[in-house]
This record gives sequence, C-alpha cells and structure tokens, in this order.
Amino acid sequence: MSPQKERGDTMSQRSTARRIAAFASASAVLVALAGCSTPATEDPEPTSSDTASDAPVETGDSTGITDDTVTIGTHTPLTGPAAAGYSSISAAATAYFEYLNENGGVHGRSIEYIVKDDGYNPATTQTVVRELVQQDEVFAIVNGLGTPTHSSVLDYLNENEVPDLFVASGAIAWNRPDTYPFTFGFNADYVVEGAALTQYAVDEYPDAAICLLGQDDDFGDAMIQGAELVLGADGLAHVERYSVSNQDLTAQIGAMQAAGCEVNLLATINGFTALALGTSAQFGWFPMWFSSSSGADYPTLVTYLGEDVGPQLLQGLVGTNYLPSLGGEDEWVALFRQVNDEYNDGAPFDGNTIYGMSVAYLFAEALAAAGEDPTRESLMEALTSGALVGNGTVPLSFSDTVHAAFLGVGITQVDQGVQDYVGSAYSVVDGVVSATELAPVALENMGLPAAG
Amino acid sequence: MDHLLFLLATGLARGAIFALFALSLVLIWRAARIINFAQGAMALVATYVAFAVTGLSGSYWVGLTAGILAGAVIGFGVERGLMRFTKDSHPLAGIIVAIGLVMVLQALLGIFFGQQHRPMQTPFSDSPLLWGDTPLLSPYDLFVLVVALGVMGVMALLFNRTSLGLQLRASAFAPEVSRVLGVRVSRMVTIGWMLSAAVAALAAMLLVPTELGLNPHSTDVLFIYAFTVAVVGGLDSPVGALIGGLVVGVAMTLVTGYIGATVAPIGVLVLLLLVLLVRPGGIFSMREARSA
Amino acid sequence: MNRIAPALTGTRRTIVFGAVLTVLAIAGTFGLDPYRNFQLATIVAYFCAVAGLTLLVGLTGQLSLGHAALMAVGGYAYALTANLATDWGLDGVPRFLLGMLGALVVSTVHGLLLGLAGARLQGPYLAGVTLAIAIALPAVTAQFSGVLGGDQGLQIAYEGVPEIFSRLIVVEQWHAWVSILIAGVVVTALAAVRRSALGLKMRAVRDDETAARLSGVPAARVKVIAFTLSSVAAGAGGAALCFVTQSISPGAYTLAFSLLLVVAAVVGGLGSIGGAALGAALIVLLPWLVGTVTDAFEMSADLEQRLSGNLGLLVFGGLLIVVMLARPGGLASIGLRRGRGRTAPPRSPSPFGPAASAAAPTDSPADEADTDRTGVKEVAVHVPTERER
Repeated sequence: MSPQKERGDTMSQRSTARRIAAFASASAVLVALAGCSTPATEDPEPTSSDTASDAPVETGDSTGITDDTVTIGTHTPLTGPAAAGYSSISAAATAYFEYLNENGGVHGRSIEYIVKDDGYNPATTQTVVRELVQQDEVFAIVNGLGTPTHSSVLDYLNENEVPDLFVASGAIAWNRPDTYPFTFGFNADYVVEGAALTQYAVDEYPDAAICLLGQDDDFGDAMIQGAELVLGADGLAHVERYSVSNQDLTAQIGAMQAAGCEVNLLATINGFTALALGTSAQFGWFPMWFSSSSGADYPTLVTYLGEDVGPQLLQGLVGTNYLPSLGGEDEWVALFRQVNDEYNDGAPFDGNTIYGMSVAYLFAEALAAAGEDPTRESLMEALTSGALVGNGTVPLSFSDTVHAAFLGVGITQVDQGVQDYVGSAYSVVDGVVSATELAPVALENMGLPAAG
Repeated sequence: MDHLLFLLATGLARGAIFALFALSLVLIWRAARIINFAQGAMALVATYVAFAVTGLSGSYWVGLTAGILAGAVIGFGVERGLMRFTKDSHPLAGIIVAIGLVMVLQALLGIFFGQQHRPMQTPFSDSPLLWGDTPLLSPYDLFVLVVALGVMGVMALLFNRTSLGLQLRASAFAPEVSRVLGVRVSRMVTIGWMLSAAVAALAAMLLVPTELGLNPHSTDVLFIYAFTVAVVGGLDSPVGALIGGLVVGVAMTLVTGYIGATVAPIGVLVLLLLVLLVRPGGIFSMREARSA
Repeated sequence: MNRIAPALTGTRRTIVFGAVLTVLAIAGTFGLDPYRNFQLATIVAYFCAVAGLTLLVGLTGQLSLGHAALMAVGGYAYALTANLATDWGLDGVPRFLLGMLGALVVSTVHGLLLGLAGARLQGPYLAGVTLAIAIALPAVTAQFSGVLGGDQGLQIAYEGVPEIFSRLIVVEQWHAWVSILIAGVVVTALAAVRRSALGLKMRAVRDDETAARLSGVPAARVKVIAFTLSSVAAGAGGAALCFVTQSISPGAYTLAFSLLLVVAAVVGGLGSIGGAALGAALIVLLPWLVGTVTDAFEMSADLEQRLSGNLGLLVFGGLLIVVMLARPGGLASIGLRRGRGRTAPPRSPSPFGPAASAAAPTDSPADEADTDRTGVKEVAVHVPTERER
C-alpha cells in the first residue's frame, strides 16, 4: 500500500495541472460547441425576451408574421409512453392547416405549424418551447399538450407575452385570466366533465350507487370535485384510485364490485378505461361506465381491447364530448374525414383527429378575426371579444373573464359500435350544474374562415 | 374476509410471474455471477417475436414456442456478442453495457413497431372461477402458476441432478478450477445465458396479456419487481425466487387493495431496502455476506 | 501545463483554476443568444450532477442508476424553501441563497441516509436500489401531493435580472450565470476532494475494499461520504435547474434521464471532471443534432415520428456500449491523446483485443495513474506516458 500511496502523492502535483488542462479544453469545446450552434448573426433581430425585458411594444407585436406566412408552434409527445395516445392530434392539426393553406390561407398568409416533440417530459417542454419562442420566433403557441408539461411553461409564456392558445388539457389551471392573461384552454375541464356525468347519472338512474375510479393525480381529484358538486361531499358510494405505473386494476375493480357499485365514473385515460372494462368483464361484472372525454374515444378503446371483444364490452359506454361526434352524420366530420384522407395520408380517423382539426379551425377563425395585419394584441382582442364560435356542440365561452373554451359538455353513448350524442347536455357555471341544449355550429364555406 | 381471499388469490397469480422472471435472474447469477439489467428488454424483444409469430400462424402455442426460442437466441447473441467482452473491461462494464443494450433495444422496438400498445390474447379464459361468491384464480392464472412451478422444477432437476447442471454451477463458482478439470467454462456461461433469457422471455409473454398491451416499455416495471424478488429470495436460491415472488406479488396486491395503488411502488422500494439492510443475503439464503 | 502558475499548489491551485474557469464561462455567455444561454444553463446544471456521478462511479466504484431522483430531491428542496422565502417576503438573491441552503441541507441528509444503506451494498445491489428509487419518485410525489404537487410538481416565483445587471443582460443570460456559479462552486469542491487524501482513499476502496480496510482505510465511511458528496452535487444541479426553469416535476426526472446521466458520465470518461462537462454537453446537444440531421431528410410522417426521439436513444445506447467496451476512459482519454499529439506516437489499434485496450487509461487525463484495477496495468500504461512528458 505505501508505495502506491507515495506515488499517488507525487502524482497529484502533476495531475492537478493536467486535470485543469483537461477541464479548460473541455470548457473550450463546450463553449465552441455552443458557439457553433448559434445561428448566423447577420440579422440581429431582438428576441422575444429582449422585447419583454426592454420596452413594452406600443404599435403591436407581430413576431412570427410575415407578408405571406404566420408561424405558430406546439409541444406534444411524439415519443415515449404517452405518445401512443396523443401523437395523432398534431398530425391532424397539421393536415387541416395544409388544407387551409392550399385554399388561400388566412388573409393571404399560409400557416406554418411547427410541432416539437417533448416526450411528455416537462424539462423537454421547457427547452422546445423556448426554442419555438426564441429561435423559431413563433407568433403563438397553439395546443400545447399535457397538464404537467404545459404547467412548466405557463409562467414563461405569460412573462414573454406570447399568446398561449387552446391548451390540450382539462386542468382548471388555464382559465385564470388575471394571472395568465395570455393563456386560453381548450378542453372542457375535468370538474365540468365530472359534474355533467354525475348529473346525467342522477337524472337517468336516480337510485343507482355511483362510484368513481380515478387516476391518482389532479385528473382524478378534479373529477371527484365535479361529482361532489352534484352529490355533495362524500356523496360517492365508493372511490378507487390507480397509478399509471401499475397496469393491474384487479384490486380496484374487485373492491368496486364488492361495494355494490352500479354506475362507475371513470377519470381514466383511454388505456385505463380499456383496462377497467376488460378487468371487470373478467369478473363477469357489467356495471354502467361513465367516462371523461379523455378516456372515452371509441376507436382508440377498440384497439386496446381488440376488434373481437372491444365492440361488445364498449356497448352502452357513456362519455362526454363538446366537439362534432365521430358517430353522427355531422358535416364537420365529413369534411375532416376528407381532409384526413387528402392531407394526412388517410391515417386512422378517431376522436383525436377531430380534436386536432377543430383546434386548428378555431385558431384559423381567431386569426381571421384578428384583422388583415394581425398582431398578438389583436389576436387577444379577437379571442376575448366573444365573437368566435368555433365548431363545438356547446357554445364557445371565451370572453374577457373566461379563458376556458367550453363550460359545458354533451353526453354521448356507444350504441352498436356508434358513439354519438344522446341529446342531454349540461353546463357548469360557478359550481352550479344545469341542463342545457346542444348547440352545434353549422359548417360554412367548407371550414375556411378567412374567405368568408 | 372475502375481499382478503380475493386479494390473496390475485396476488398469487401476479407473484408467479414475478417469481418466474426472478428465476431467470437467479439462473444468470448462478451461471455468470452477474445481474443482467438488460433482462427485461431482451425478454421484450422475444415477446415481440412471439406476438408476430402468433399473428402470422394464428396459434398462441406456436408463438409461445417461437418466443422462448427467440429468447434463447437473444441470450446467446448478447453473451457471445457483448457480455463476453465486459469481463476484461471496467468492473462495472457488465451493468453499464446492459443499460446501453436496454436503450438500444427499446429504441429499435420503438422505431420498428411504434409506441402503441398491442393487445395480446390469452390461451385460456381469464375470467376468475368463483368460490362461493368470491372470485378466485382464473384458468389463465392457474396456467401461469403451473408453468412457473413446472419451470422451477425442471431447473431444479437440471441444476441438481444432471452433469450439465453440475458443470454450470462449477464454472460459475470456480471458473479456473473447473477449466482445469475439463469443464468448458465459456460454453457453460453461454448456456446459462440462453436458459436464463428463455425463462425471462416466457415470464414476459405470460405477463403482457394481463396488462394494457405490448409496447416498448412493457417490462420496465417487471424488471424492478423481479429484481426485488430475487434479492428478497436470495440470488442463489430458485426456491427463494419462487417464495419471494409470491410474497412480493401478494404484498403488492394487499397494499393496493387496502392502502392504495400509489403506495405500492414505494412499498417495493422499502421492502428492497429493508431486506438488503437487515438480511443482505436474502431471506432464504444461508450465506452471511455476499459480494458481487 | 505546469508552467501556468507553478507557484500554486494543492487545493489552492484547484480553487484558483476553478474560479478562473467559472469567470471564463460567464464571459462566454456574452457570445450566446438567449436560447443558447438557456441551453448552456441546462448543460451546466447537468454538469453538476454528472460530475457528482462520475466521482461516485469512477472513484469508489459505486454505480447509481437513480441520480435523476437525487437531482429531483435538490430541486424539490429548493422549490419548497424558495416558496417559503417568498411567503416571508424575500426575493432576489436572499431567496436564492435560502433556497440553495435548503437544497444542500436536504440533499446532504438524503444522500447520507442512502449512503449509509448503500455502503453495505455492492455493485449490482446499489444499482438495483437506486433504480427502484428512480421508479418510486412519481409515486412519492403523488403520495405526498399536498406538499410536492403530484404530477404537476411545484412552480417557483419568477427570478428576473437583478437591478445592477438589468441594463447589461437578459434573463436567460442571468440564469446561465447563476447556473455556472453553482456548478463552479460544486465542481471545484469535487475536484479538490478528488485530489485530496479522501480521493485516494476512495480509489483504494474501489480497487480492493478488503485490502483498503486492512491498511486502515475506513471503507464504509469513505463510501458513505462519497455517496453523500455525489448526492449533494446532484441536488445542487437539480436546484440550479429548478432556478432556471422555475419549476420542478417528477416527469422531468425519469428513469430515462437517470440513465442519460450514466451515459454522460461513461462517455465523458468515468472519474474525469472534464469528461463530465463533455458528457453533459453531449446529452443536451446530441438529441438536437440528431433532430437536425433527420430533419434534413424527406421521409413519411409516420417514419419521422418513429425516428424522432428513438434515434437519439439508439445513438446513446450504442455509444454507451462502444465506449464501455472499446475505450472505458471515455472522451476524456481521447482528449488526452490529442492534447499530446506532438509527443505521443499515434496509437495503432490494439493487437490484443478488448483486454488490451481496456488497459488504456480508464480515467481522466488528470489521474490515469490511479485508475486501473491492478498495479501491473498501471505501470504498463503509465510509465511511458510519464516519460513522454
């Protein structure tokens, strides 16, 4: 040991120098690498953060707008475990924008939609959104997907005054105009969905024992909150939670069966809706299932359950929706199918496709309403004016004080493999649930807003 | 009481799969004195093979056989192509190369098959049989239990009663001495890898039909649980793997049923830490200390 | 290299050079646009964690597969303390310092506890336990969602540029500065430890724990200290990242990210601080590079979606395997050869296969002497290198 130690000591003198040399060269490489990737500096445009910290813009901020293009971007999972359910949304939106661009775009400008993969990882979301805002200089972020991911860029986007439109998540966080004036949600939030489903259950089956199976996060919490708006605190007969890391619901389903549940509300994503239905079928138990729109997409559920048993298990599944329904004879759906075939390589057509195209349409409508020469300010004005209608089946709620797109939902049901509205709809305003009418928007001008 | 009985039965079925996968870790430990962190990913590739073959042939059993064979082939390839060279490299090379392999395999599966979940069918009904009013094991669960016990039995016979088993054990414990005595040590190590990977493939193929479906991350969690099982049972002990698997399976189901699904992964971590701290050799190991 | 400031020796030298490099790095931020500064801030935060990991693996031979979770511990502690400070009416630098203090204290305690457990475990066992920690992180945040915010994690208040710098720099550059300062302090400390008597003891424990114990090295204590140091470095990195991104959530500290940190440490060169810097840059820049390359090719939307992300993972996994088998010294050992290109004869591919190339320096250029497992190899490799100088 001692010779080794001695050598170690004499070594250490020299090794310091070498270590520092290595460190220095490493740092040099690091800086060089970073430097290399700096874009050409011949156009020293002020970046958005310059804009944000230096001087407030007076004439209007037209970042991302040129004479013939409007550049917008989004973050969405294209890889990783979450990609399976969501990656088709941005593809559908892209297809609609291509359709729109081929037909003249909005006020003569074509829309360039930059889709960045964040793998449903908030750290990656941070990076790609900064890249969109600072490198690609987008006009707005449209339909950023996911609650944990989008939460991580909410402050950043609002500090930099970047319009943050139509967040793809049912969390209630997006509807806070005072704190986040630049953020607008799109999904009907989970509280609304929970309340509507529960009210429908109470209306149709007054004596049924209503239970809930929920994800162990804010999704489950918000659905419970919604259900309790109708049933009162502790009004649910039984509540079970699951964790996405464990794909075994046997214990939960067993407990719900034992508790004598008759109507099961589901705060589940599609995969776990399928798992819940499949597991309970194994027990030979067939209660009624009332699922949030996040986990009630018929075509997706069929692929999870398999073509053979899927349709049978899904018969009677109750869900919510606020967009044109896949199963109905809707003219919007017909148009979107056509766009999907022509501009999306005929990808599988499901609820996500309709969702993506509806979001894209709403953005086009807002952009058209923002005037010939849109700025971020005029876009905000268009959104809060209350003049937008979108293509939803319940009224669009955007206003000065409401940054949620839909404060109500319609009830859907699966019958013989067709998922369509049953006619009931509910709105939830200030914690009060009331029945309303469906109010679908008629398709005009082939879904091209600006030309009208 | 009914609820408890139900949870116990469910836990047993789940535990049998953990036990089988843990057994594969024990096999490789016995053959090569390493813990193969790529076991899950390798088994997953074999499961994709089984899935494809079942799809083409229409027979679950042909697919299952193909999957097991694919597992063995993958084990052979990984040992001869990669792991063989780690011995002479860095002391942690075995683990680090295995992790690299996990990344490569998951990336390739993602590229070739995409991220979506593909439902896999079971050969037997998965509706539980009733005992009174309480649902207990399904025919498929029984099939899993029988297969797990059968494989354990065969492996026990192989290791304890055959010359091959003796050579396998000898080359793992004392490679130099065995070589002198005429055992073809490197061949034994390869055989150990093939056996182990085939068993792991079987375990993965039994698990996936009970879950959401086949996708590139299907075995991530299985590996962690099986690792816990192997440690709890003792890495040298196939019997330990069996009992450990059933214990962990039942414990997880009880925790999920009585406390909550969220607590289960934390429970596994706590169990792992407790066993390693209190009885590092595993509950069923005779050894006092153990070194890697 | 000894010609630079020969009068400086020992720890003081490490500190001076650490300070010089920190200042240089801060100066470098002026050459970058805001987005690149954000990337730099991220790289530097990762650098903290990778440096801690490389020290742990390279010097003591303990492998952690859960270092991302250790970063998350620091990040959560920072967020909780900083939010507490906000409630007390603090902001700016005092809030930051308090947050850092919280992060360091919690990381130390957490690392100490894990280290106490880990010291009794070897190789694969510690790897397995840390893997389980990485898997359990989301469950822990969900279980204690009242405090940790569940899936969405925690947000902290916006940290703008302090008054005195506000005319000079934008916020991204300020964040890069803070990140660099944190890394400067942490990594300099690690470098000092590495070359201290403690560092020597760590290597002794790694090479032969029994022998080390017989020679009076308290092996268990050394391992606990090493794990704690590594945990603190990771925690500081997590805190820096939390400061830069103003948020922390479990989804950002997944098992995949833990494994990426291992890639950074291994590819950079185990035990090498310079290598850790290279590795940290690699894991941030490579996915971006791969994305840029694939964007250049026309391909169907479906194929593009399948390649996106997966291709980067494939490259990382491949790199990990190749580096570990062919050049366990990592990038740092390549840098060494290039640095001495004038004196060292070009090395032909080893005729002796992997075993021989494994005898190449497996550590940073700085301490190749202590790296290899057996004295024989050390002499074989290092005597000529010493002569070359």
